[in-house]
Amino acid sequence: MLPTLFSFLYQFGDAFAFLVIASMGLAIIFGMMGVINLAHGEFIMCGAYTTVSLAQLGLPLPLAIAGGALAAGLIGMLIEVTVIRHLYNRPLDSIVATWGLSMIATQGVLIVLGSTMQGVGTPLGSFTVGGFSYSTYRLVLMGIAVLLLAGLYLLFYHTRAGVIARATIQLPRMARAMGVDTGRVYTLTFGLGAALAGLAGGLYAPTMTLVPTMGATFMVESFVTVVIGGGDIFLGAAPAAAILAVIRSGMTAWQGQLFGQIGLLITVIIVIRVLPGGLSGWILGGRK
Amino acid sequence: MTGQGKSGPGVGPSLIDATPRQQRNTLALWLSRLEGPQTMGRGRGFWSVLALAVLAAAIYPMFVDGWTVGNTAYFLVWTFMAMGLGVIWGYAGSLSFGQTAFFGLAGYGYGVLTLNFGAAYGFTLVALLLAVGLAVLLAVVLGYFMFYGRVQGVFIGIVTLSVTLVFQAFMAQTAGPEWAIGAARLNGFNGMSGMPPLTIPWPGGDVLLYADIALYYVLLGLMLVVYLGLRMLLNAPFGNVLVAIRENPERAEMLGYDVRRYQLLGFVLGGALAGLSGVLYTAWGQYITPSSMGITAAALPVIWVAFGGRKDVTATLIGTLAMIFLYQWLTIYGSQYAIVAMGVILVLTVLFAPEGIVLSLMRWLSARLTPAGGRP
Repeated sequence: MLPTLFSFLYQFGDAFAFLVIASMGLAIIFGMMGVINLAHGEFIMCGAYTTVSLAQLGLPLPLAIAGGALAAGLIGMLIEVTVIRHLYNRPLDSIVATWGLSMIATQGVLIVLGSTMQGVGTPLGSFTVGGFSYSTYRLVLMGIAVLLLAGLYLLFYHTRAGVIARATIQLPRMARAMGVDTGRVYTLTFGLGAALAGLAGGLYAPTMTLVPTMGATFMVESFVTVVIGGGDIFLGAAPAAAILAVIRSGMTAWQGQLFGQIGLLITVIIVIRVLPGGLSGWILGGRK
Repeated sequence: MTGQGKSGPGVGPSLIDATPRQQRNTLALWLSRLEGPQTMGRGRGFWSVLALAVLAAAIYPMFVDGWTVGNTAYFLVWTFMAMGLGVIWGYAGSLSFGQTAFFGLAGYGYGVLTLNFGAAYGFTLVALLLAVGLAVLLAVVLGYFMFYGRVQGVFIGIVTLSVTLVFQAFMAQTAGPEWAIGAARLNGFNGMSGMPPLTIPWPGGDVLLYADIALYYVLLGLMLVVYLGLRMLLNAPFGNVLVAIRENPERAEMLGYDVRRYQLLGFVLGGALAGLSGVLYTAWGQYITPSSMGITAAALPVIWVAFGGRKDVTATLIGTLAMIFLYQWLTIYGSQYAIVAMGVILVLTVLFAPEGIVLSLMRWLSARLTPAGGRP
């Protein structure tokens, strides 16, 4: 009984961690700026490639992952300044532009680095519960997902930078009148989202094969989480990830990974019909 | 012809159909809608250029060999999906990223039907209609959930993109022998092949439309019919309401139009046209693979339409043909380079010519050709 329960909790935790880590960067950029970043997967790819390259140069894995996040964040800020900045009043166009960037990145990496890259093995080994073997690294990922949520909450609600960011999002003109450089806030927010995507890539790099199209494997899951969550990260994306994790781990255990994805897709199609504002819209609407 | 609409193309919605209905019969009414506020190009000059272009396309096979003509027919296959996306994105204002889902579903549908029932007695044409019907069904279901859930523009793109990506993932894992519908094996990542081409029953021997001159003429004719049909439909009250919704959904709703229904209808029309492209593609090369629903395949129609100009069906058509030609030409140097070039073109178009390159050129040209004070 206990091993079965543990197995289910482990599956759920694994799915939850994946959804949270994969979607945080997308959720921040969408929630704060209203831009859906279709190059999200490519920031993940960038983080993964940088992490593995640094690890192969002999850097310890945690530092290499930090390096991956940093690289993705810097590229994100560069892209915000050169492209995204000019499209803030045209949300559909900004999506289309990020799609173009995503194609350039995927195929560019394919041209420069070839179709696969030597990965690094999953660290930390495994442990056994009731005859089944589990990866310790995935347990660590679950812990990191929770820490990530807590850290972002502290950042946005208990620091000066967070207050300035939220003020800019709510009333940009007022924030400007109070002396906030809103352009810089947007750049930093986009950079933060990109860095979180890079972090996701770095964290999952040891568990998967590195191919230029790897970003696409994160796309459906992270989109679905953000669509169901709605605009608010903490009231939306986090509970959405929890609910979707139940569906995904259940469907995956029953029929395999593809059906986990199909289950997510059907859920999102039904949810948008019932709750157009997403979970956060529903929770916030219920409060009024 | 009509000449009474208050607004020029793209300037604003014209909700009033100015044609005096009682004075014309239905045919004349629809023919008059070949020109109107929602499409560029009017008057003798435009139609002469169009007639010349059609004439050039018609005599083109006399100057090249059959293989080249078959490859040119391949360009025409895609125009239907592009024009459909133009209706959804440019006219109805809701951007779908997943037109390839309809394309793939109809393509696979055609394959499954013809592999099971063969090509005798003109069944391929029935299969074409049934496969497009499948795409329509998917569009109705998906569109109902999205538009009746009042989903915003951004989300429509994401949901449709997710649908096509999941379709691709699903078809890619159907390699095993258990994945078969009747006689048709789905064949996973390698895709289906061996289905018959479109066949027209003819006394004294069926006409098999292999990728050759006959198919080229059929596709050219079909493209012309769809293009002119869309011109009439978009200048009809239906098209005017779509544009009104794009410009201001609240206002359209206050005027008494059911916004959701019109958006759904536009979406279904676009889905049907994407399905038509899917069937024609499958019949053209006698194969279809899951990658036709993948992320790159899904991006291409968006690029063609963005480059051409989504708010005018003529611009969409010209831009699409130009982009496909460029893509095919670049593929000689490697498809990675072609895709990078497509991405660069997309980003530059969005940044510097958000209305579309071809459409901007057409506006500039018509402003030059029209005397001051006249209308384009």
